[in-house]
Amino acid sequence: MNILIIGATSSIAQETAKCFALEGARLYLAGRNLEKLQAIQGDVFVRGAKQVEAMALDLCLLDQHEHLITTAIHTLGRLDAVLIAHGTLSDQQICEQSVSTTMQELTTNCLSTISLLTILGNYFEEQGKGTIAVISSVAGDRGRQSNYVYGTAKGAVTIFLQGLRNRLTQSGVSVLTVKPGFVDTPMTAYIRKNLLFAKSETIGKHIHQAIKNPRDEVYMPWFWQPIMMLLRSIPECMFKQLKF
Amino acid sequence: MRDNHQSWGSYPKAYPQHVHPIRWRHEALPQTERTTSVLPYGNGRSYGDSCQNNGATLLTTHSLRRFISFDHDTGVLRCEGGVLLADILDNFVPQGWFLPVTPGTKHVSIGGAIANDVHGKNHHKAGTFGCHVRTVELLRSTGERITCSPHHHSELFRATIGGLGLTGLIVWADIQLKPITSPLIDKERIRFSGLDEFFDLSNQSNTSFEYTVGWIDCLANQQHTGRGVFIRGNHCADNAQSLTHIPRRTTLTVPFHLPSAVLHSGVIKIFNRVYYHLQPRQLTQARIPYEKFFYPLDTILHWNRLYGTRGFLQYQCVIPSRYEREGIRDLLSVIQQSQQGSFLAVIKTFGAIQSPGLLSFPKPGTTLALDFPFFGEQTLTLLTKLDSLVRETGGAVYPAKDAHMSSEDFQAYFPAWHKIEQLRDPKFSSSFWRRVTRLNTTPQHSTKSESYSLATEKEQAFAHHSLFNNMNQA
Ligand SMILES: Cc1cc2nc3c(=O)[nH]c(=O)nc-3n(C[C@H](O)[C@H](O)[C@H](O)COP(=O)(O)OP(=O)(O)OC[C@H]3O[C@@H](n4cnc5c(N)ncnc54)[C@H](O)[C@@H]3O)c2cc1C
Ligand SMILES: NC(=O)c1ccc[n+]([C@@H]2O[C@H](COP(=O)([O-])OP(=O)(O)OC[C@H]3O[C@@H](n4cnc5c(N)ncnc54)[C@H](OP(=O)(O)O)[C@@H]3O)[C@@H](O)[C@H]2O)c1
Repeated sequence: MNILIIGATSSIAQETAKCFALEGARLYLAGRNLEKLQAIQGDVFVRGAKQVEAMALDLCLLDQHEHLITTAIHTLGRLDAVLIAHGTLSDQQICEQSVSTTMQELTTNCLSTISLLTILGNYFEEQGKGTIAVISSVAGDRGRQSNYVYGTAKGAVTIFLQGLRNRLTQSGVSVLTVKPGFVDTPMTAYIRKNLLFAKSETIGKHIHQAIKNPRDEVYMPWFWQPIMMLLRSIPECMFKQLKF
Repeated sequence: MRDNHQSWGSYPKAYPQHVHPIRWRHEALPQTERTTSVLPYGNGRSYGDSCQNNGATLLTTHSLRRFISFDHDTGVLRCEGGVLLADILDNFVPQGWFLPVTPGTKHVSIGGAIANDVHGKNHHKAGTFGCHVRTVELLRSTGERITCSPHHHSELFRATIGGLGLTGLIVWADIQLKPITSPLIDKERIRFSGLDEFFDLSNQSNTSFEYTVGWIDCLANQQHTGRGVFIRGNHCADNAQSLTHIPRRTTLTVPFHLPSAVLHSGVIKIFNRVYYHLQPRQLTQARIPYEKFFYPLDTILHWNRLYGTRGFLQYQCVIPSRYEREGIRDLLSVIQQSQQGSFLAVIKTFGAIQSPGLLSFPKPGTTLALDFPFFGEQTLTLLTKLDSLVRETGGAVYPAKDAHMSSEDFQAYFPAWHKIEQLRDPKFSSSFWRRVTRLNTTPQHSTKSESYSLATEKEQAFAHHSLFNNMNQA
């Protein structure tokens, strides 16, 4: 298995990388911090990965995406799967006061992913097989006042993936949308933890499973599916009154 | 999300002011205020307050959990300080490598295993964990990174093995693993009816068995004192067994703290008696997975909650060889008289292999480990009695499991403590260290005695407060 992991320094992605390493996969890791990438490289190599390569780049530099993807394909020979995992939890209040922060957040959490998917979609379509997996979020299922900038970005990614899935199914390519709920990672370090929080190990392992046994949209853990179904079913005229 | 970074015994309760995760090995230590100290926190499997820093900062290493490199020829593993023994077993047993030394739980970090210089059932053959540590990288509060080994910065190396996390953050370490041909252990168990029989079995077994340990019924009456079960084992040498064939064991979890009534001494006494009589009289042999042999308690997650919210105290001491027979007998008779018992009393003879650690606990002799449900003053009085018995024999009490010993006792057990104090990173301190040294080890004021008494008083007031609460509950 040859897999490209974009945003490989994410806690969740590191856990998924470990699972692939155990199976002797070949990995290509992309993230913005070289020291972190090197630490992960060593770890997955000891865990059994056959080959681990890495490239450090800021994923908001959209014009670098083509280079990243062609280098990864060239280095590994071909790609069987890709996981896109980078992201930032936008500070909603700052975004409300700043157009530039809002645009920056949308670039990190949405535009960069769409740019990567545009290139990767064509590659996998031509190859006629493979899996494209992207970490979106339950936050993209419905806009809420507490985090609608982040929610917008994730929602757009979810819709983009639906379209891409619809297009690529014919070519035998599977497209996986991962929708985690709360996960205990650096992204949520400042949020008080409660019972709804999952461990990054758990989510990372689920993602590995969902890439191996192709699925379409997966809530992680599963209980977010009924929760979000309920949340989506509330009529907008009532929903707008709720405070959360 | 561990219980607010309490220790495994849930006693004493301590509340760090800040919890700062260290996630990457190139990261710097946090810039804390000048007056507060920091302490690394591994996986919180120490029972007392050695992994606590009340009112100050804990540096958690949960995410500092990566392998760095492995040399397949020599078996030396380099890994980050937060890697758990379980991670090493999961990854390396299928490749034919095992831990050189393992404690009774695999949910322990490399940093914690080094800082307490842990021991296992093979102490008589392999010494402590620290005997197998080749190199450590320490991150000091100055930002300096010091690579220490028996040959470089050897004093700091020796102070770090068993150094209770006080010499700096162990960022990574090189550990010598040992080759195995099977994940199975050939185990034998033999019932013994008294202490003399235990010592005979131990002497006979220590040459031909790599792992030996005994369980004893600590509440048995006079004529049965020291009866129990002797367990010994070797790695199975039959290499026709597949290394990867390890049957998974299901784990149970104790979801909440049990009411303390369960711990009535009568219940414990009956448990011990029944357990003893359930053991077959004859020697029995079995070939079992290593996990079942080494980590029977790990199959019940959070088993410490069985002791209720007021927690429990573990007590582990070592009695030097010269006095071991009388010493252990005296300890057992004091425990029996007090009628405060333990579900699991473990006894083992330590060997003569010396650890490089200055503050290392094991020494040639016999170690006894028990856990006592916390019943307030009466429990503390019992421990004080045990402490003085241990001190008379020239023995020691294990800091990893202690929440109680006095500073006088500690300093008598571990005369090398001065050396650790000299080599301690001035920014690093723990509730345990402040308690047993009576020094104000908060940075900055190390010479001002008033601020010392303030700090310790606060902790004492706090300890009394929790004691008071606990007694009220009882
Ligand atoms: C069921 C059970 C069975 C046990 N059996 C045994 C046994 O058989 N033999 C034995 O010896 N012990 C035994 N123990 C005790 C346990 O092995 C030790 O307390 C061990 O040190 C716990 O490791 P930890 O990772 O949980 O560290 P913690 O308890 O979190 O910390 C322990 C010490 O290590 C320091 N530390 C942690 N990480 C670092 C780091 N990265 N750098 C510097 N310092 C660090 C801390 O400051 C603290 O002083 C047992 C414990 C349990 C719960
Ligand atoms: N945690 C949750 O509760 C949760 C819930 C739902 C969805 N998610 C999603 O899960 C994914 C993984 O997040 P996580 O929880 O694992 O958090 P995380 O550990 O903080 O990971 C986020 C990663 O994204 C990287 N990143 C951010 N901007 C980047 C950029 N411009 N270029 C390159 N890398 C960049 C960060 O790199 P640095 O390390 O260099 O900063 C970081 O490694 C994200 O897409 C997140 O939105 C998380």
